[in-house]
Amino acid sequence: MTTTAAPPQAPASTEPPVHKASLRKRLVPYWLLLPGILWLLVFFVLPMVYQASTSVQTGSLEEGFQVTWHFGTYWDAFTEYYPQFLRSLLYAGTATALCLLLGYPLAYLIAFKAGRWRNLLLVLVIAPFFTSFLIRTLAWKTILADGGPVVGVLNNIGFLDVTSWLGMTEGDRVLATPLAVVCGLTYNFLPFMILPLYSSLERIDTRLHEAAGDLYARPATVFRKVTFPLSMPGVVSGTLLTFIPASGDYVNAELLGSTDTRMIGNVIQSQYLRILDYPTAAALSFILMAIVLIMVTIYIRRAGTEDLV
Amino acid sequence: MRNPLTWLRRNLVVIAGLGTLAYMILPNVVVTVFSFNNPTGRFNYAWQEFSLDAWKDPCGVADMCGSLSLSLQIALWSTLVATALGTAIAFALVRYRFRARGAVNSLIFLPMAMPEIVMAASLLALFLNMGIQLGFWTILIAHIMFCLSFVVAAVKARVLSMDPRLEEAARDLYAGPVQTFVRVTLPIAAPGIAAGALLSFALSFDDFIITNFNSGNTVTFPMFVWGSAQRGTPVQINVIGTAMFVIAVLVVLTGQLVGNRRKKAQPK
Repeated sequence: MTTTAAPPQAPASTEPPVHKASLRKRLVPYWLLLPGILWLLVFFVLPMVYQASTSVQTGSLEEGFQVTWHFGTYWDAFTEYYPQFLRSLLYAGTATALCLLLGYPLAYLIAFKAGRWRNLLLVLVIAPFFTSFLIRTLAWKTILADGGPVVGVLNNIGFLDVTSWLGMTEGDRVLATPLAVVCGLTYNFLPFMILPLYSSLERIDTRLHEAAGDLYARPATVFRKVTFPLSMPGVVSGTLLTFIPASGDYVNAELLGSTDTRMIGNVIQSQYLRILDYPTAAALSFILMAIVLIMVTIYIRRAGTEDLV
Repeated sequence: MRNPLTWLRRNLVVIAGLGTLAYMILPNVVVTVFSFNNPTGRFNYAWQEFSLDAWKDPCGVADMCGSLSLSLQIALWSTLVATALGTAIAFALVRYRFRARGAVNSLIFLPMAMPEIVMAASLLALFLNMGIQLGFWTILIAHIMFCLSFVVAAVKARVLSMDPRLEEAARDLYAGPVQTFVRVTLPIAAPGIAAGALLSFALSFDDFIITNFNSGNTVTFPMFVWGSAQRGTPVQINVIGTAMFVIAVLVVLTGQLVGNRRKKAQPK
């Protein structure tokens, strides 16, 4: 795997004899790839192998761990923590849907209506990337504080009654409830939704809108039949860029939630770094990866077909 | 403006979009406002009174500025290495046809299609099994690893839209391969490389999950903020947060202004 890659001998007949590339020239792409790919093999692929072996070990920190091919860890870990798995998928799914709902109008605004404000709006979307997201997440503690103005307004307009009924909040507080965690997740991953949406919307030829209008399509119809289908690449990549990291996040659940809102990321983190039960932690991490990869594959398959819209 | 309902319907997108923008900016506003707070307890979550103390003495908190400079160092080194390795991969993928191209493409894509915590945990499994001491080097290794894919994606997008005939033209004018690369290829690819570098700097500087797993006792700035969320948040954290936001906006705006001027200067 790590030996210097010998180039495959290209059949001589496919190339005209005059342009017969020298061996040195044909090696160029391999030399370009070598350092980066080696890095990924050693620090991305190999760690996966090590984690796989950790997940089938048994033992304890004092006695040491041995590979015993104990696959039961997977079953035990899953049955013990399936509520956290379900919660992670639920929170990440809700946050992704909210990101799409909130992000689409802003991406649309920047792409079609911003005019000379476009650059400034884009900067305001990108700037959070450069400000510590932990500090900003902590700011939500202030915003959503018990008895604060935001919670007061939400309470007065009856919003909290609805979310309480949905089981997202308890009484007249937001902090330490699922709503706070979903709010934080939505906030943190919004730029990852907006940027791909914007770049696919920006590519749309606005003459298509005019054409649709000329054919007596109402604005809503233009959006449903022209704009939205053409923005599908952005919708798909935005959804993935939001859902995948959100499903493994534990920062929002830790800072804004309570013990009742623990996601699977919190469990993996504490198993690895506090409880030091490495086999269970490794198994949980692989189950999460498998769930996410399966969901992503199914989603890409379905979204890839034309008949989605 | 005659019928407010019609007006509302017509500007629904603008209103909703600006609402989202307000939602995105609100925490930054809170961070800025609370950088002028003079809190009474250990936590800076409730407004007490106006004070400039934190701004006068931003490094007045033990270990905070040390963690900040460590984060900057790590971000700088991982950006340098990831940009160099990633740019090379991007050029190989776009400009050459070779076996295993598909495999290389998937290998690049995978780190972006995986929850960060899975990578973080597996790296820890590697370091634990090999008995490697966690600290500066393990953080740097991890950051280079996850920044690589983003650099490749950014540079690839730019190189794909490049016209290869420009390089042919340079060669026709008797430019050597090195000269062609330095004078023609590199300047055209520069915006993509810059975007990749900027992205990896931001990602590395702000990374928490992978660093949390692989830092041992080493404290980067995000780790410091995380710890302070448990022990008490000094106002200086808000000062740094505000300064970072302002610097970021200025840097990105300047970049765009320079880009615009170049664009305007081009069709002469």
